[in-house]
Amino acid sequence: MEYTKKVMDHFMNPRNVGVIENPDGYGKIGSPSCGDMMEIFLKIEDGIIKNVKFRTFGCASAIASSSVTTEMILNKTVEEALQVTNKAVVEALDGLPAAKVHCSVLAEEAIKAAIENYLSKNNKKEIE
Amino acid sequence: MKRVYLDNNATTKTDERVLEAILPYFCEVYGNANSMHSFGQEAGKVLDLSRQTISNILKIEKSELIFTGTGVESNNLAIRGIARAYKRRGNHIITSAIEHPGAKNTCQDLEKEGFEVSYIPVDKNGVVILDDLKKAIRKETILVTLMHANNETGVLQPIEEISKITKKNKIVFHTDAVQTVGKIPVYPNELGVDLMSFSGHKFNGPKGIAGLFVKNGIRLGKVITGGGQERKIRPGTTNLAGAVGMAKALELATTNMEEKVKEEEELRSFFETEMVARIPEIKINGKKVARLPGTSSISFKYLEGESILLGLDYKGIAVSSGSACSSDDLQASHVLLAMGIEVVDAHGTIRFSLGKFNTREEMEYVVEEAPKVIEKLRIISPLWNEFYKKK
Repeated sequence: MEYTKKVMDHFMNPRNVGVIENPDGYGKIGSPSCGDMMEIFLKIEDGIIKNVKFRTFGCASAIASSSVTTEMILNKTVEEALQVTNKAVVEALDGLPAAKVHCSVLAEEAIKAAIENYLSKNNKKEIE
Repeated sequence: MKRVYLDNNATTKTDERVLEAILPYFCEVYGNANSMHSFGQEAGKVLDLSRQTISNILKIEKSELIFTGTGVESNNLAIRGIARAYKRRGNHIITSAIEHPGAKNTCQDLEKEGFEVSYIPVDKNGVVILDDLKKAIRKETILVTLMHANNETGVLQPIEEISKITKKNKIVFHTDAVQTVGKIPVYPNELGVDLMSFSGHKFNGPKGIAGLFVKNGIRLGKVITGGGQERKIRPGTTNLAGAVGMAKALELATTNMEEKVKEEEELRSFFETEMVARIPEIKINGKKVARLPGTSSISFKYLEGESILLGLDYKGIAVSSGSACSSDDLQASHVLLAMGIEVVDAHGTIRFSLGKFNTREEMEYVVEEAPKVIEKLRIISPLWNEFYKKK
C-alpha cells in the first residue's frame, strides 16, 4: 500500500490544525475505538466560512483527508461547503488506497456535522 | 537521509558472509540433489553438510530436519500433518490466542474440516495461562501448537513447562520458533517439543528457506504430494543455495551468542529508558516478563499507529504497527487485545525490533527523532488534547 505525494504532503504538513474558541459550527465524527476520529471547527460570517480548524486522531489518510477538506471549504459559502463529497476529497488527494476511502467519507461527514451544528444554532433551516 | 532498520522481526538484512557462501550454488554447483549423476551427487553432499551443520547447532538428528520454503509452510506441514495423521485418535487441537497467522489461520481452516480448536488466553504480560491450557485438554486432544516467542511483543512462552504437560497426556507438541531460532539459544530436545518451525531470513539468512524439526517417531500426514524429497514431508526440489545460506546464517548467529544477546538487551534497554524519559504517556508491553532481546512493543497513548509508522518512516526509521489501519483487514492486533490492552491503545502500538546490525549511534538518532514525531502527531490528536486539558 502506498500513498500519493499529495497525501504524504498533507499528512506531514497538515493545514489548519487546531481549534477555534466559540466556533459558529462544530462537528465531531468517528470514535477512538474504530481507529479514527475528527473534529472540525468553523467560523462563519455572512454565510461564508472565514476560518476552519481541525483535529484528527487516525492514520495518515485520515489526517490528510481532514487537512485537504479544510482547504476545500475555506472562504466558500456554506452551500458550497455542503456540496463537498468524499469523492472530491479523494480526487483532491490524487487518490486513496481502497481500504482508506472511508477516511474521506469521515471528512465529508465531519464538515456536514459542523455545518448542521451551525445551521441548527442559527435556525437557518431553509438551506437544508 | 539517515536510514535505520528496526523491523528485524519482519525480516533481516542478509549477512554478506551468507551471500558469499551461497553464490557458488547457482552457477557452479547446481545439480538436483536427488539426481544420481555427479552433478546431483555434488549437490547432495552440500545439502547433507548444511543439514548436518544446522542439526548440530540445534542438537538434533540429521534425519529430524526437513527443509521447507517458509516458516508459514513449516507451520502448515506440522499442524495439518499431525491433524491428518492422528485424526482417528481425536479431533481436538489446542493453540493460543496470540499465534502468528501461519498457525492461527491454519487452525481456523482445520475447524472447517471438523476439528475443534481451543484458543488458550494469555495474561496481561502476554504469557499463556497454564491452568487454562491444562483445563482445555480432553481425551480427543491430539496436538498442542504454541509459539515460542510472540512476533509482536517478543514475549517468551513457557514451552518447557507445557511440554511436561503434553508428554504426560501423550499429546504431540509443536512450537513455532520462527522468532527465537537464531536470536536466543534454542534446542528442541531441551524444550521437549516434537515439532519445531524456524525460518532463515529471521536471522540474517536468505528468504525462501526454512526448517521443520520432526522428532524421530512422529508421523505426519501428507500435506503436499509429489516426489520423495525431504522424507516425503516436503516434496519438491530442495533449495540448495537456501539451505547453505541458512546453515551459514545459523552458524554466524550462534557464535558467541550469549554475548550478542547481552549486547542487544543493553541496546534495547538504552532505547526503552530514553523513550520513557523523553515521551509522556507511553507503555512498554511485556516488559515484566522474559522477552526476546531485541523486541520492544510500545503503546503511544492517544495516537494511531499507522501515522506514527509513517512519521518515523519520513525520518528514515522503519518499524511496524499493531494498528488496524496498517493491516489489510482493518482489525487491531489480536495479540495486543488478547493481553487485555484497550482497542484504542492497541491502535497506537508500534513494534521496534532490533537486529545484529543496529548500533548505539542509530538508537541515539531514533530516541532523538521519535519524540518529535510523537509530539507533532499529538498536537493534531483531539484525544491527546482532551487528556492534556484534564491534566
